[in-house]
Amino acid sequence: MPETLVTIAYLAAGILFILSLGGLSAQQSARRGNVFGMLGMLIAVLVTAFGPRVDSYGVLTAALVVGGAIGAVLAARVEMTSMPQLVAILHSFVGLAAVLVGIATAMNHTQVLGGIEARIHEIEIFVGVFVGAVTFTGSVIAYGKLQGLIGSRPLLLPGRHVINLALLLVSLYLGFRFVGHGDYFAPEWPLFVVTAVAFLLGIHLVMAIGGADMPVVVSMLNSYSGWAAAAAGFMLENDLLIITGALVGSSGAILSYIMCHAMNRSFLSVILGGFGAEEGAAPAAASAQPAGDVKSVTAEETADLLRDAKSVVVVPGYGMAVAQAQYPLYEVTRILRDKGADVRFAIHPVAGRLPGHMNVLLAEAKVPYDIVLEMEEINRDFPDTDVVLVIGANDIVNPGALDDPSSPIYGMPILEVWKAKICIVMKRGMASGYAGVDNPLFYKDNTRMLFGDAKKMIDSVLTALK
Amino acid sequence: MGFAVAVEKDAGAAASFGDNDYAAAGAEIIADTPAVWQAGDIVLKVQPPDMHPALGVHEAELIRQGGTLIAFLYPGKNADLISRLSARKATAIAVDQIPRITRAQKMDALSSMANIAGYRAVVEAASFYGRFFTGQMTAAGRVPPAKILVIGAGVAGLAAIGAARGMGAIVRAFDTRPTVKEQVKSMGAEFIELNVHEDGEGAGGYAKEMSPAFIKAEMEMFAAQAKDVDIIITTALIPNRPAPVLITEDMVKSMKKGSVIVDLAAENGGNCALTQPGQVVERHGVHILGYTDLPSRLAPTASLLFGNNLTHLLADLGGASHFHLDLADEVVRGALVLRDGELLWPPPARPPVALPPDPKVAAPRVPVAPEARPRKQGTAGPIAAILGSALFVYLGMVAPPAFLSHLTVFALACIVGWQVVWNVTPALHTPLMSVTNAISGIIVVGGMLQINGPIGSPVVMLGAVAILLATINIAGGFLVTQRMLKMFRR
Repeated sequence: MPETLVTIAYLAAGILFILSLGGLSAQQSARRGNVFGMLGMLIAVLVTAFGPRVDSYGVLTAALVVGGAIGAVLAARVEMTSMPQLVAILHSFVGLAAVLVGIATAMNHTQVLGGIEARIHEIEIFVGVFVGAVTFTGSVIAYGKLQGLIGSRPLLLPGRHVINLALLLVSLYLGFRFVGHGDYFAPEWPLFVVTAVAFLLGIHLVMAIGGADMPVVVSMLNSYSGWAAAAAGFMLENDLLIITGALVGSSGAILSYIMCHAMNRSFLSVILGGFGAEEGAAPAAASAQPAGDVKSVTAEETADLLRDAKSVVVVPGYGMAVAQAQYPLYEVTRILRDKGADVRFAIHPVAGRLPGHMNVLLAEAKVPYDIVLEMEEINRDFPDTDVVLVIGANDIVNPGALDDPSSPIYGMPILEVWKAKICIVMKRGMASGYAGVDNPLFYKDNTRMLFGDAKKMIDSVLTALK
Repeated sequence: MGFAVAVEKDAGAAASFGDNDYAAAGAEIIADTPAVWQAGDIVLKVQPPDMHPALGVHEAELIRQGGTLIAFLYPGKNADLISRLSARKATAIAVDQIPRITRAQKMDALSSMANIAGYRAVVEAASFYGRFFTGQMTAAGRVPPAKILVIGAGVAGLAAIGAARGMGAIVRAFDTRPTVKEQVKSMGAEFIELNVHEDGEGAGGYAKEMSPAFIKAEMEMFAAQAKDVDIIITTALIPNRPAPVLITEDMVKSMKKGSVIVDLAAENGGNCALTQPGQVVERHGVHILGYTDLPSRLAPTASLLFGNNLTHLLADLGGASHFHLDLADEVVRGALVLRDGELLWPPPARPPVALPPDPKVAAPRVPVAPEARPRKQGTAGPIAAILGSALFVYLGMVAPPAFLSHLTVFALACIVGWQVVWNVTPALHTPLMSVTNAISGIIVVGGMLQINGPIGSPVVMLGAVAILLATINIAGGFLVTQRMLKMFRR
């Protein structure tokens, strides 16, 4: 297959990838978008395989078959609640692959470059390996935190900013050692060392980030994996890799931005970690402030309230995912809707551990997506709502974010559930959310607490409704 | 303040204050009624003087020549009383005429009494209403909460709302003055609004009479509410006019059996057409309470508050040593009906106090998202721009053309990605992540380009592992996306 045909095929694949992302702008076109993506990937792999630069088909086929099989099994087995973990571990694969490709490229001495071209090539390799390595260990740690293998509390080493800075400086130094070597092949040792340093950096960065910030971390790693792929594209002079990497990189960057915006925090403060650490003193002072009685209700009373309600809004949070309460919840929704009540779901941008996590879980339980609304769409409707059901969510419905400047989550846009006539909060206990802030919502006059495991409670409500 | 005080025997009996309590406080107890009237330069009384049942004389005749009387006098409807007092060359101060201004609040006996009346109205309603106020879910069944409509959200109305909410009822309130909406809400009631917009705010914090269109809409609303609520408490008064009839006989008929109406305007004719002032009547299965003595039904508190109001008034008048009537004082001028028999009421109209306009009209409050925390705006932006430009120039001078074409592709792809991803609906952010995950498996191509060589060489090994990992990504990412997207359905 001539090189020009390969190039044009890559162009087609690149366009298909763009169409694939474009398809996700609406549910109706999303599946078609995914098919475009597959098609683009198929073209890319086939064209490369039959292109002029590949001839070891045995190794290639073996790797493709084994990898494909592992991937298919993973995809078929994964629980929807474990989606964040899957996404994180997949990022780590991209990161590691980028490292391996980078090192292989550096060791592959078939291509001889000179002068500035060699310098640029070396920089490309170095950057690709560095970003890939950070992505790899960062994703592995994120996976561990999401899976519960590692405690989700941020690990805050003393002087962690200094450590990060030191690791960066060491990497820079190694970069100079790797790049600045005449026309001959660069020495490989700085590359290996920087891989190890970047591994450390990735671990340290993500260890310092708390569980509530995982949506940002995961989308950030998504972005990094894209940049790693783009760097690989530069080193291999492959436009398709560059295009794809850039697409993925900007997608992850946008998601990170959206998540940060939803929490009213700067990207840098999330990445540098330690949420709630600098501000540790404030919640202690504020926690004394919300006082009053907590009114609890039983599942039967909740059912009574729901039965009488004309409009209901359900606010799910990570607690719903943990308890797997989405199935009985949908049954409750169905019964209420059959009675003519207007039941809708309100999704906060950072609910869950992954952007859009709640939507996927609700979709899994067959909740129709046109009753699942975003924060901006539903916030103004709360005053006309009879009953709000908050399930396993805390910080995203904390009124302190609006009116308590001492709160660490002050300024974060939230779902204003207390404006409804009755707000039922389903929770295991009075523990505070990930941000470690007490929630004045629980003490409001129109708030009722329904204590217990979300799934058991919804099941009881369901029984009472039937 | 230096006054010598005399108290009529058994004056506090009904309020559980004994004569010895007064004596202990330093007061002289006088048994003979005319002697009490004659004893003081200033006579403090609650109700307007009237025919004394036992003595057969009008109490106004008992006051000293040139004496001072402080009491509820209602000069607007007691012209006869005022002329009798005038004949005695008396000075008369009507506590009911104290203007409702901030400074005079501590002397405002009307507010004190209205507060008590509002509370007591709920208590009276509760005793005639045969059900719980609070909704309850008991083992023996579910009890719905009582629904209460409070008409007129002045002091009495707000007190009634508070009491009823405290007992657990669902309370709705209506007032012609939209400004009280916030007060109503702060007491925990729902504010009923009409679609007709008219501000019923009259002078001095009272309501004024409304236009026919407004009244029609209002009556329709009351008719609808009457069918729904269990208890209606009316407190609607317009100064110096008979109380407006808001609840017609038809509305009473439409109410549920066992409902209760408490008419706090009974003394001025009543807001309900069927009210009998001073009595409780049952009409069409509805108890209509027309008590005019609600404060007296909470006598100790009423006495305490009224006493305090009078104490503040006397202090304002200069106490014993500097007692004088300062006509320049807005409070004194407003309450002063007679000075040495000379009629000074009604006072000259004050320039209408500019009431704070409805904040919503003055400054339309835009529902703004909470103020975002100010982000630091440093010099990073310009510096980055300069460095970026410098880098571009440098690259343009030294970089090979091939690299620049890749850079072009890269930059454009970033921009395309930026545009495309912003259009992704937030509900699909998870599928977006998994699909980008899958396509970032394109790094497989990088691996494939490395495996040309003897099997077993490190480069080939590395390449093969890279291919393996990337393929997991491709297969896993696309398939899981497919699985997720299948679940989204309308």
